Amino acid sequence: MRDFAYARAGTAESAVRTLADPGTSVIAGGTELLNWFRLGIAAADNVVDIGGLDELRGIASDGGDLRIGALATLNEIGEHPLVTQAAGALASACLQAASAQIRNRATIGGNVLQRTRCPYFRAEEPLPWPCNKRDPDSGCTSLAGRHERQAIFGWTQDCVAVQPSDPAVALAMLDAQADVLGPAGPRTIPMRGFHLTQREAADAGQPMRETRLEPGELITGYRLPASVADGQAYVKVRERASYEYAIVSAAASVRLDRGLITTARVALGSVAQRPWPLTLAEAELPGTPLTREALIPVIERAMADAAPLPQNGFKVTMARNAAVRALLVAGGAS
Amino acid sequence: MTLEFTRRVEVTLRLNGRDLTTVVSPRTTLLDWLREDIGLTGAKKGCNEGACGTCTVLVDGRRMNGCLTLVVQCEGRSVTTVEGLAGAGGELHPVQQAFAEFDAFQCGYCTPGQLLSAVACIAEGHAADDASVREWMSGNICRCSAYPQITAAVLAAARKEPGR
Repeated sequence: MRDFAYARAGTAESAVRTLADPGTSVIAGGTELLNWFRLGIAAADNVVDIGGLDELRGIASDGGDLRIGALATLNEIGEHPLVTQAAGALASACLQAASAQIRNRATIGGNVLQRTRCPYFRAEEPLPWPCNKRDPDSGCTSLAGRHERQAIFGWTQDCVAVQPSDPAVALAMLDAQADVLGPAGPRTIPMRGFHLTQREAADAGQPMRETRLEPGELITGYRLPASVADGQAYVKVRERASYEYAIVSAAASVRLDRGLITTARVALGSVAQRPWPLTLAEAELPGTPLTREALIPVIERAMADAAPLPQNGFKVTMARNAAVRALLVAGGAS
Repeated sequence: MTLEFTRRVEVTLRLNGRDLTTVVSPRTTLLDWLREDIGLTGAKKGCNEGACGTCTVLVDGRRMNGCLTLVVQCEGRSVTTVEGLAGAGGELHPVQQAFAEFDAFQCGYCTPGQLLSAVACIAEGHAADDASVREWMSGNICRCSAYPQITAAVLAAARKEPGR
């Protein structure tokens, strides 16, 4: 790891001021940043530590909203009664996100900013193959090589990677807002639009951009609208029973009246470079019985625009099944 | 107020019950510092990326990967390594005793991390049954695959000293 200089921030504002220098990185838990430094994914001259900022800590009920500070760890969120009651899908996503050790360090602020697990991207420098994320305009090795774990929505010829965060999928499903502090002051970013697909980034003229967070901005927390009456679930499909990244995942919340869905929310994970809310299904589900047979065609219609790569057609079926299972579990039907 | 970035940082922490002050380069991980500077080699450097759990230590009682923790992030904290588990007279910690009784290792490389993870797992109240131990100990890989014995040892130690 290359050496860097270090300072502890006394306030969020003082931390943000240091970020005006593009050579400065923020550290909170550090579980991603230290590996970026080791691999050469990121390099910093200065690292500002926000880990001691009490103003970014805490999980509290704030009027009708649930407010989660950026420094809340995945374990704190996963076992906090306010979260397990009002945002069960988020609690479950946090507890399934990593090992117990990592979950004691990793924060919810940093978690959504983790980068893809694409093995071509996660190689140690000097990179032995092209990767547009690591070396712009060099090409995408995964597209011509192995890509069975990659995107089925929103990819381009430049990059086919997926965003691996579990909590981000639950935050998007729950219509959470990220509170952000930047040089111009605070603002909010809806988590349904926080991450960008490669297509969305290219259309905006910045093909390698991954989020709507501007340089120099810091996530300070999240606000979740209360949805206590809804059953929720987070289904993660992976190659091991525990401690593994998702092949696909799905977060769902369901409200029922006499066996029929009245409102439902559902989002897929690890199918694109952002969480993938199935908005068509959310519009169509009210009035649908909570059965596998009734849900499958609704989810299939909402996924009709899936564009799998040659090696990952199975993810379309797997994601459909994860969405159906998440809805069934959320509604208490399985 | 402008923050001052420095390349040498003084850190005061408690290590296995002993207060000490050290000066480190900011990039020094807790794992490297323990092994290279302090000479405590119980925590192992397996993957050095948070995947294997052999570097697990307790920071303020919570288990963490030493390879993903900087010493500068431990200011004012209490760190426990496997060297700090046994009593002053050398009597084994109940979890160590259970690992010995249940033959919960083969090569022993992962054992220091398993022990600290188990101590925390029990204290957290996550050692209720086989399934919960397997889930909450999944961050500690054992390539000899002593998992059944490790699970049995953790459950036995938990029965003697239940957590919260």
